[in-house]
Amino acid sequence: MSRADWGEEEGLVADVLVIGGGMAGAWAATAAAREGAHVVLVEKGYCGTSGATAAAGPGHWWAPPDPPEARANAIAQRQRIAFGLGEPDWMRRVLDETWRLLPTLAQYYEFPKDDQGKVRNYRALRGPEYMRALRQQIVDLGVVVLDHSPALELLAHADGAIGGAAGIRTQRGGSRWRIAAGAVILAAGGTSFRSHLLGSRNNTGDGYLMAAEAGAELSGMEFTAAYTVAPQHSTMTRTMSYAFADYFDADGRQIDAPFGPDQTERLAQALLAGPVYCSLARLPEDVQRHLPTISPNVMLPFARWGIDPFRERFEVTLHTDGTIRGIGGVRVRSEDCGAGIPGLYVAGDTASRELVAGASSGGGNVNSAWALSSGTWAGRAAARRARRVPASFGGLKALGGAGLRPSGRARPASAAEAVAAVQAEMHPYDKNLFRTGKGLAASRRALDAVWSDLAAHAGGEGGTAALALREAAALVASARWSVATAEARTETRGMHRRLDHPALDADLTVRLIASGFDTVTVRPEAIAVPSPFESVA
Amino acid sequence: MIELIVAERCTACDRCVEVCPSNVFEPTAAGPPVIARPDDCQTCFMCELYCTADALYVGPNADHAESADQLVVLASGLLGQYRRDSGWDEWRDRYPNEQWLMETVFRRAAEDAR
Repeated sequence: MSRADWGEEEGLVADVLVIGGGMAGAWAATAAAREGAHVVLVEKGYCGTSGATAAAGPGHWWAPPDPPEARANAIAQRQRIAFGLGEPDWMRRVLDETWRLLPTLAQYYEFPKDDQGKVRNYRALRGPEYMRALRQQIVDLGVVVLDHSPALELLAHADGAIGGAAGIRTQRGGSRWRIAAGAVILAAGGTSFRSHLLGSRNNTGDGYLMAAEAGAELSGMEFTAAYTVAPQHSTMTRTMSYAFADYFDADGRQIDAPFGPDQTERLAQALLAGPVYCSLARLPEDVQRHLPTISPNVMLPFARWGIDPFRERFEVTLHTDGTIRGIGGVRVRSEDCGAGIPGLYVAGDTASRELVAGASSGGGNVNSAWALSSGTWAGRAAARRARRVPASFGGLKALGGAGLRPSGRARPASAAEAVAAVQAEMHPYDKNLFRTGKGLAASRRALDAVWSDLAAHAGGEGGTAALALREAAALVASARWSVATAEARTETRGMHRRLDHPALDADLTVRLIASGFDTVTVRPEAIAVPSPFESVA
Repeated sequence: MIELIVAERCTACDRCVEVCPSNVFEPTAAGPPVIARPDDCQTCFMCELYCTADALYVGPNADHAESADQLVVLASGLLGQYRRDSGWDEWRDRYPNEQWLMETVFRRAAEDAR
């Protein structure tokens, strides 16, 4: 394989390399550093503003150990919407880790206190402040943070163990970096398939691509049909105010889409028929008044457009959440979030959240508790591995394929066209939300053609052009795994809705494991027998 | 999308260059940064939050720029709204972080829907 000529190269050595500086990556770096590891964290954008958490407000899944039934109830509640794909043991571990860890952030995050000085709430954090706190925490722990330094590919030893990564510095002319590490944690986020979901532009599924190139598998990729309402043309996918929303068609007739589990489907049906308008008039007056200090970004589009959302109707749309509020990701192979490849761990949305979310969206709560927990477990395990396996550049082989090293002759390729093709298959409600075997087969053929072209010819570029092609490759690969598993799941379960198979099929209470690039394969895998609920407390 | 850097407010601290997650800005040798890659803007408003000079304006339209008029924006009082409502920097004591109320709002909505 030819190595792309990227000029000057910067080399670093670490015990643990964390790829991704969102919530999961920052908690992973925290845990690894607390184990005594020398940690380097690389982030495509800026650790503190980049990723889905930063502009949102994660209200972690939370249940205290006391009263004893609190956790059992939380798990039982989740299991009712997990449709057989959740695992209570993992849920219990996540609830416990989240409950233990969040209060430890008090040095960096100002948790709200009541009049007696008692902390009101540890679970609901505001995104920008949360990520600012996590950044300060890892900096104080001695983690080396490289902003604007996206990873492009993993590096492996001759035995297949992961021993580092390579990437570029986007603010230094695209110059190249290489980092050798005893262990690598992929915390690169999920993907919205480049929708306008708030804060998700950098989340192009890079972690899925890099993990799969190392030999890891994907699980639950069919569960990408999560959508969130936002004012038309805006990115403001903040849901709270919409809990009280009323919706209307172009003729002013109210759309029957009450707050509840079917609301997204009903709105999507209405949007397929024409424009949809929203009224927030029912939002209680006291909430209207407090809205700017609850979620300060929600009012920004309204104020700038001169819309009074409590008195005027405004047009809305639904943005694809993909695997971000969706579920799929790298198959987790061990309790410490190992990806099944020595030296490689996965955390946050890069990992499949089926274990804790099942077949329904993990929303901001289960998914954020998972990001914190999986990051922590991966960070600890990576640090322990690094004690046994020192970092070494010797014999490291670069694993990057599509977009970086074409299998055929390199020729100019358009990342933008590949991205547009992915958007065209993964965003439309009548393709990804309301699925049919026929529609999915058409999506598969369209995406296969894009992949063949990218894999054969895209590459040989340096700097940010290489980054754009890698992002395109990650998006196309992620979309293909999603479509292939959605085709194989010939039933309706949780957020996966098949119009041609509207009922749940008990025989499909399995995980669907996807792998491969030029040929995507899907196989079922039995689910670990759930532990008896009596042991939950 | 990012639309304006108000030159007379900008202190050329280049903090926006550092914190923009999609590397939209480019520093200049002397003076304010420039909006070099507007199409990469993800309309997250994060740059405004970190701009203590309130010199940045992100238009709410993520599909295309709306050609905001600097004089109109300055007169509107919208610059710095996000940083103020977030209680950052000098607004710390006057705008409390009430994020914790969110779950009670959802609970009320669920009760309302029943």
